[in-house]
Amino acid sequence: MLELDAEVLYRTLAARARETFAGAALKLVGVHTGGVWLAERLRQDLHIDTPVGILDVSFYRDDFSRSGLKPDVRPSQISFDVAGSHILLVDDVLSTGRTVRAAMNEIFDYGRPARIDLAVLVDRGGRELPIAATVVGATLEVPADVTVVLTRDDDQRLHLTMENRGGE
Amino acid sequence: MASNPQLNRHGELHHLLSIDGLPRPILERVLMTADSFINIAEREVKNVPLLRGKSVFNLFFENSTRTRTTFEIAARRLSADVFNLDIMRSSTAKGESLLDTIDNLTAMQADMFVVRHATSGAPYLIAKHASASAPHVHVINAGDGRHAHPTQGLLDMYTIRHYKKEFSNLTVAIVGDILHSRVARSDIHALTTLGVPEVRAVGPLTLLPAGLEQMGVRVFTKLDDGIRGADVIIMLRLQNERMRGALLPSAQEYFAHYGLTPERLAHAKPDAIVMHPGPMNRGVEIDSRVADGNAAVILPQVTFGIAVRMAVMSIVASSARMQ
Repeated sequence: MLELDAEVLYRTLAARARETFAGAALKLVGVHTGGVWLAERLRQDLHIDTPVGILDVSFYRDDFSRSGLKPDVRPSQISFDVAGSHILLVDDVLSTGRTVRAAMNEIFDYGRPARIDLAVLVDRGGRELPIAATVVGATLEVPADVTVVLTRDDDQRLHLTMENRGGE
Repeated sequence: MASNPQLNRHGELHHLLSIDGLPRPILERVLMTADSFINIAEREVKNVPLLRGKSVFNLFFENSTRTRTTFEIAARRLSADVFNLDIMRSSTAKGESLLDTIDNLTAMQADMFVVRHATSGAPYLIAKHASASAPHVHVINAGDGRHAHPTQGLLDMYTIRHYKKEFSNLTVAIVGDILHSRVARSDIHALTTLGVPEVRAVGPLTLLPAGLEQMGVRVFTKLDDGIRGADVIIMLRLQNERMRGALLPSAQEYFAHYGLTPERLAHAKPDAIVMHPGPMNRGVEIDSRVADGNAAVILPQVTFGIAVRMAVMSIVASSARMQ
């Protein structure tokens, strides 16, 4: 198991987002669970008033018929008007792009946004769809059998761990 | 594991036939998943793509506009294709057997049957038949005879949880024709499974089945006693046909003894809620001043019923991969 300093990656992400979206009237949407933590941090650091929208994309996943509904679905909640807004979608790890696709589909069911950008803490490669992040904390080459997981401790500090599912 | 025909070999819900015998985590999962479907009704697009490409057949061998409609809305909001069969006028009326009807619909690529039948156990028969011939098919019981109405039971639990937050400190009184009520049976199983400490059945002796005490229910024959201190009152519909038998003298006399009026409601807790599975008989089991009053949560029950049925459908459809 390998641990990366998620706080350093987050500071890079926040700095890039601040630069990229200077002057934009952003509204944030985080993907459960790690994306919501990151979006909450970005909301403070980018001084955004609008509450963070929360998405649990379980109802939009393209693998429902294979893997079913996960047991702990949480409600999605976007309290602002999506129509015409500039949304920064936030997730922890970008890989195949399927979660982002599901999240965008769900956002459109709330209304037609003017624009969607994507911020991720880690782009680990392995894309299966033509999707790219606008800002990233780090780009890593990660073998397919390694999982990258974001956790948060009681002091709200973020931790990123890489674990080899293949065993030894 | 004792074989429960509703569960697959991994213990997951494959059919919903009855609340009796379902473990508490499954009931809690339905309620939690329903939470996620509640918000969807407020969005611009009220559908999610979860059951896209799946075919849901509503098989109502007994009339019920409300239940059929809410099942249909639930299936459509999950993006399923919904087919309503007018059973009364179709092949069944021409003498086709129940299982032949099922086989024909399965041949039309059905994925899910929502079954309402006057005979207790009919959905079990269909589920058992499907398990052998079409194991991917799911059956949801939308009410069978006097036996069970599990989605009504679950939406009642959702409603109670919404207003009372927890089950562990509640007194719930079910009032009326318990004997003929599949809703009462499903509610009793759900309430005891979810840990409600005091479940009461209130009604005239002729409408109280034997064996309630063994189900963990306290029996009352006087309404005022039965609802005293209650947090939740579930009123049951008094079916008119009961009047024709010897069970009850008249609607007026029933109302005099068991009709819920504001004066009687005062015996319950001040913040008690009043529920009713519908359709209501105003002036028979419930006074209009109660039905339209602040304690009534009868219309929210209908709204919650859609989210709960969406949850049930998506959870049973999740088990398909395990077969």
